[in-house]
Amino acid sequence: MTKENRQVDSWEYAPSLESTNHIHIKKRYELFINGEWVKPSSGKYFETINPANEEVISEIAHGNEEDIDRAVKAARKAYTEVWSVMPAAERAKYIYRIARLMHEQARELAVIETLDAGKTIRESRDIDVPLACNHFFYYAGWADKLAYAFPNRKVESLGVAGQIIPWNFPLLMAAWKIAPALAAGNTVVLKPAETTPLTALKLAEIIEASGLPPGVVNIVTGYGDTGAALVNHLDVDKIAFTGSTNVGKIIQKALAGTSKKLTLELGGKSANIIFDDAPIDQAVEGIINGIFFNQGHVCCAGSRLFVQENVAEKVISKLKERLKSLYLGDPLDKNTDVGAINSKNQLETIERYIQLGKNEGAEMYQPACVLPKKGFFCPPTLFTNVAQSSVIAQEEIFGPVLTIQTFRTIDEVIQKANNSPYGLAAGVWTEKGARIFNMANQLNAGVIWANTYNKFDPTSPFGGYKESGFGREGGVHGLAAYVKFI
Amino acid sequence: MKKELQQSIEELISASPTIDKVGVEERVARFQTRSIKGDSKLQALKMGLNMIDLTTLEGKDTPGKVQQMCYKAMHLHDELANLPTVAAVCVYPSMVKIAKSALVNSSVKVASVSTAFPSGQAPLSVKLADTTFAVNEGADEIDMVISRGKFLAGEYDYVFDEIAAIKAACGNARLKVILETGELLTLDNVRKASDLAIYAGADFIKTSTGKIQPAATMQVTFTMLLAIKDYFDKTGKMIGMKPAGGISTAKLAIHNLVMVKEVLGNEWLTNQWFRFGASSLANDILMQIRKLETGVYQSSDYFSID
Amino acid sequence: MSRLEIVKTYKIYIGGQFPRTESGRYYSPVNKDGKVLGNICLSSRKDVRNAVVAARKAIGSWSERAAFNRGQILYRIAEMLEGRKAQFVEELQFQGSSKQAAEAEVNLAIDRIVYYAGWCDKYQAIVSSVNPVASSHFNFSVAEPMGVVGIIVPENSSLIGLVSLVLPVICGGNTVVVLAAENLPLCAVTFAEVLHSSDVPGGVINILTGSTKEMTPTLSTHMDVNALVYGGTDPLELKEIQENAVLNVKRVFAYLTDWTKADAQGLHFISDVQEIKTIWHPIENVGGATSNY
Repeated sequence: MTKENRQVDSWEYAPSLESTNHIHIKKRYELFINGEWVKPSSGKYFETINPANEEVISEIAHGNEEDIDRAVKAARKAYTEVWSVMPAAERAKYIYRIARLMHEQARELAVIETLDAGKTIRESRDIDVPLACNHFFYYAGWADKLAYAFPNRKVESLGVAGQIIPWNFPLLMAAWKIAPALAAGNTVVLKPAETTPLTALKLAEIIEASGLPPGVVNIVTGYGDTGAALVNHLDVDKIAFTGSTNVGKIIQKALAGTSKKLTLELGGKSANIIFDDAPIDQAVEGIINGIFFNQGHVCCAGSRLFVQENVAEKVISKLKERLKSLYLGDPLDKNTDVGAINSKNQLETIERYIQLGKNEGAEMYQPACVLPKKGFFCPPTLFTNVAQSSVIAQEEIFGPVLTIQTFRTIDEVIQKANNSPYGLAAGVWTEKGARIFNMANQLNAGVIWANTYNKFDPTSPFGGYKESGFGREGGVHGLAAYVKFI
Repeated sequence: MKKELQQSIEELISASPTIDKVGVEERVARFQTRSIKGDSKLQALKMGLNMIDLTTLEGKDTPGKVQQMCYKAMHLHDELANLPTVAAVCVYPSMVKIAKSALVNSSVKVASVSTAFPSGQAPLSVKLADTTFAVNEGADEIDMVISRGKFLAGEYDYVFDEIAAIKAACGNARLKVILETGELLTLDNVRKASDLAIYAGADFIKTSTGKIQPAATMQVTFTMLLAIKDYFDKTGKMIGMKPAGGISTAKLAIHNLVMVKEVLGNEWLTNQWFRFGASSLANDILMQIRKLETGVYQSSDYFSID
Repeated sequence: MSRLEIVKTYKIYIGGQFPRTESGRYYSPVNKDGKVLGNICLSSRKDVRNAVVAARKAIGSWSERAAFNRGQILYRIAEMLEGRKAQFVEELQFQGSSKQAAEAEVNLAIDRIVYYAGWCDKYQAIVSSVNPVASSHFNFSVAEPMGVVGIIVPENSSLIGLVSLVLPVICGGNTVVVLAAENLPLCAVTFAEVLHSSDVPGGVINILTGSTKEMTPTLSTHMDVNALVYGGTDPLELKEIQENAVLNVKRVFAYLTDWTKADAQGLHFISDVQEIKTIWHPIENVGGATSNY
C-alpha cells in the first residue's frame, strides 16, 4: 500500500522529508589530485542526476588518461616521500581523524548519498554512512599493528593502489577501499562510479580538511575509460575493483602478466534458504531484507529464494502480505522503504529481466503501488513457478526481483544453491543448530548468513568464491589485499 | 473448547512458530525509525488517548483515588477541545462498583483485573469467584492472569482450561488474558502463551501486569501481534491487543501504533482492538498535543495528575 | 647368463589408477649424458580432463575428512617415501643430480612432507578469526579449500619442487592435478606410486607427465578448476595462464621460490589456496527480568 493509495479515515503517515537545507553541493566538481581540486585535462564534465526525480544535481569532471597519470604520479610521490616513511602510529591518527570528521558530517553525507544514488534516507543514514565511518575507525587501529596480522611474516605496503568502486554503496565502498589501503601504508587513486560520484567527492573534502598529506588519496571521477586508464597505468601496484563480473574479468585479463596485485568483488546470485523449522516471520523479514535492501542493488542480495515445500505456501503468502506494508517512493522521505533505481540504464535492465521472467512462464507478483511520475522506480517483484533453468534464476538482475523455488530435501537445496558460477553469499534459516553448521560447511559462498541476512561490519571479512571474485574486504583478512610479504 | 480446536493442546503449542529474538529486535527497530509528523501525529496522539486503559492497581487504592481517576478518564484536559476520553479504567474487583458509578453516563468502560492478580497463585475456584464477583459488580472487561508457573512447568492443558473456564465465567464481559511476558522470558514462550490464550477464548491478549520488569517491550508486543495476525489469517477472527506497563511516553505509544498498523492494519487501530495499559501515558500525550497546538514545550505542572 | 633387467613403465596417475595416456603417445626425454630416461606418457587434453574429473570427485571426502586424519595420511606419505628413498636417489642421479644432491633432495622432500603433515590440524586455528561485530551476532571466519587446484611444477625440479607445491595444497583439503616437470618426470611417477601405497585416497593427487605447453592451456582454461599454482619461471607462460584463468575467475598463484632451501615452506603456501568463509548467526540475549512483588 503506498501513500498515494490511502484509505479514507485511516491513519496514514504524512510525508516526512529529510531536510536538505544543511547540505552543500557545488555546482561543479573538479578532480581531487595531490590535495588540490584540478580541472580535467579534457575540459569535459558530465552531469550527475537524482534518480528519484531526474534533476541534475551537479557537474562532475571527466578524468582521462592524462588525469589518471597525474593522480598516480601524485600518489607515488606521496607514497615515497611521506606516507610510507611516516611512523605507522601517525598514519593511524590521520585515519582516525578522517573517521571522526565523517561522523561529524554524517547527516550531510547521508542526504547527499540519497540524492545521488536513489537509496532511501533510512538506509543511507542508518547503514551506509555509519558503516563507512566505522570502517575508517576500524582500520585506523591496524596501521601500527600489521606485524600481528600475519604470523611469522614480514609485511610491507604495496605502493600505489588503484581502486574502482560501484554505484550501489558509493561512500561505503570508498571506505572499504581507502581505509585498509591507507592503514597498510599505501596511497590511493580512487575512481567512483559515474552515476554516484558525490559522496566520494565529499569524502575528498573531508580528507582535505583532515590535513592528510597531499597525494595520499586522489579521487578521479569519470566513466569506464577513466577506470581503464587506472587499471592499465604502469605505475600502479594494486587494483581493487568492486563491480560486475564482466568488468572484473576484463580487469583480471588486463593485469595478466603484470606484477599488479588484484582483488575483485564481483557479482552474485545468492541463495536464501528457508527450512520448514525456521523462525518463519523473521525468515520472511530476512527475505525482504535480503532482496529489497537498497532496491536489490546489492552484489550479495538473496535473489534466489529456496523454500522447503511443506512451508512454501505459508512463506509465500506471508511474503506477499509483507510486501504490502513496504512504502515505495521518495528516497528522502524517512518512511520510504524502497527508493529509486540508481539509473535509467539499470531500470531498463531490470525491466528487461522482468519481461523475460514473464516470457519464461514464471508467475509474477507485485504489490499494488503507484510509482512516482518522475524518476526511476520499480516495485518489489516476486517470481514463483521458477525453475533452476530459468534465466531469471541464473543471472544477476541487480534489482528488486526475487525468484522463488521450492525444495524437498537438504541435499537438493545444497545442490541447487551451489549450482551457480557465483559464490558470494547464502542465507540459511532453520532452528536446528547442527543443520546450520552443515549448511554453512556445504554452501560454496564467502559469506553465510544463518538466521539473518545482509549484515555487514568492518571487523567481518566479506568476499566471494568462484566468479564472485577473490580477496576479502573487512577484518584482519582484508589487510592481506594491501600488503606484500618480504 | 478443545473439541473446537480439533487438535490437542500439545499440537497447538508445537505448531507455534519459533521466534528469533534478534530478528524481532531488528524489525522493531525499523518501526522506531518511522517518522510521524504533522496531522498524522495529531491523529495518532488522539487515537492513543482513546486507547488508554487508565489504571490504578495498588494495595492502597481507595474509593477516593478511583473516583478521581474516573473523573480524569472522562475529562482528560478540558482546556483542549475535541479530545476523546480514554477507553477504560482498570481497577481491582473491589473498586469496580465505585468506578462504575463514577463513570455513569460516559462511554468509558470499567475493566477489572481478576484471577488473583497479579501472581495468579490461587486455585481455579478462587479465580472463578474473583471473576464472577467483578462481573457481577459491573465490570465490562476482565483482565485475567495466566498461571505462569504451570506454563513454565509445561502444563499447557491446565493453562488452556483455566483460560477457557474464566472466559465462560465472563459472560458478556470481554476477556483480556495477561501473559506476564516478563516471567515467560523468551519470545518463544510469549508466542506459545499467545496461541494458548487466543485458542482458549481470549478476546484480547495483554502483555503484563505492570508489576514485573520488563513489561510491554515492543519485541514482546510485536510477537503477540504476529500471533493475532496468524490467527486472523487462519480464522478471519480479530483478537485485540493490550500492551501494558512501561509505555509512558507519546513517542513510544506512536511506535506501538506504527507497529499495529504495519503488522495488523488500520482495522486494529481503534480501542475496540487495541489498548494501552498505562497510567502516566495520558499526560505525556496531552502535553504533546498541547505542544503541537501552541508550538511550546510543556510542563507537567499544567496537567492534572489523578 | 646374466639376468635380464625389468625396465619400469612410467604411467600417469589419475583417480588412484595408473592408466597409460589415453592418447597412446609417448616421449623419451634424455639426461645430460644423452641417455633416454624412459618412455614417458605424453598426456593429452583428455587426460587433463580425466584428471580434473577425478580431482573433483575426490574433493568432498578429502576436504571433509578430519584434519587429524589428513595429517596422518600425509605423514604416511613421508613414511612410504623414506622406505623407497634409494629408488628416488637413483632416479634423481639418473636425471642428472650428484649422489649428494640427490640424497639431500630426497631427505628434504621427506622432511617437508612431515612438516606439512603437522600443519593439517593447525593452520585453521591460525588463519580463522572470531570477528567482534557491533550487532548481536556471533561472527567467525574460517578457511576452506578452494577446490580443484592445478599445479605446474618447476621445470628444474623433479621431486622437491613437486612435493613443495603439492603438499601445502592438499594439506588444506584441496585436490590437485599436477603437471610434472616435462624433462625430469621419473620421480613424479614414482612419487605417485608412493602416494598409491600410502593412504591418500584416489583422485586427491593426480599426476600427469608430458608437454607442459600442450597441457597447460587445457588446465588453465578448464571451467572446473578453481585455482592454479604456477611453479615455473617463464613469464610468458604465466601470462597465458593468467589470461586463461579469467574464464572462470580462477585464482592464480606463482612462486619463484628455491625449493631446495630448508625454509622454503610455510603457512602461507597453505593459506594462499584457501577461501575465507564468514558465518553470521544471531545471539539471543534474554534475561534481566526483575520482580516487584
